[in-house]
Amino acid sequence: MTSAQDITRAVNPPRAAFLDFPLGHTTGKPHEPELQRQILVEALSSFETMTAPGSVKELPFRWSQDGEWKAKAFAEGDDRTPRHDTPQYQDEEDRRRAEQGGSPSCPVCRT
Amino acid sequence: MGPVDYIPRIRDNYARLGYKAYNWVVYRDTAPWAPLRKPLSQCRLGVAASGGIYVTGQVAFHYKDDTSFREIPTDVDTKELRATHFAYDLSDARTDPNVVFPIDALRRLVLEGFLGGLASRFYTFMGGIYSSRRVSEDLAPRLTARFLEDGVDAVLLVPV
Repeated sequence: MTSAQDITRAVNPPRAAFLDFPLGHTTGKPHEPELQRQILVEALSSFETMTAPGSVKELPFRWSQDGEWKAKAFAEGDDRTPRHDTPQYQDEEDRRRAEQGGSPSCPVCRT
Repeated sequence: MGPVDYIPRIRDNYARLGYKAYNWVVYRDTAPWAPLRKPLSQCRLGVAASGGIYVTGQVAFHYKDDTSFREIPTDVDTKELRATHFAYDLSDARTDPNVVFPIDALRRLVLEGFLGGLASRFYTFMGGIYSSRRVSEDLAPRLTARFLEDGVDAVLLVPV
């Protein structure tokens, strides 16, 4: 999957499915399970239909009618978070659970 | 409107900010090719996703060239998934991780018979590792070994 067609073409993987959505939505829009399902069906079908290495399939979905989001994507400034070298939890409860040895229902994978 | 050209846009933006130019990965040879040997409905699918997804209870990713990965059991409760990343807007991934980790859609496609099955574990890491060598020589081989051990027929890569 990719939402950055030019970066993926440069990397040149064997197969790619391009979804023309803003970064952070490589497999769909939030809370739209039917759309997410359709995107996956279209993308995975490439495994059966593509016959040549380097193929890129453009998926038939649009984020919005006007494409206004494209003007802003990475155009100016730097929105990235500083590069901390300590774990960055989504919330403090996650930190507490991890520091207490992890959730019993899911083995912690440290590498 | 055509696709966003991220490479020139990021190059120009970094130049304006006074950052060093990023060395994009360019692979000029023909990509390797492994044909699928059976229909998707008989295939076991793996997923490797770079959106910084972890399960609550696991140690979260850090933001400085983190080459670690997390194993996510494919029967995980979606409500226990979390997202952390330094380089994309997390607001949608935090309300519905399926936007960068399509676990619910893939489980549904197995129930529908479109896919044969899922790997026992999916793998997540945090992209933005600024050394492609560390990915190709360290992270990727470790993930590949896990998938081979799990007997997958195909792997879906989900970058952000």
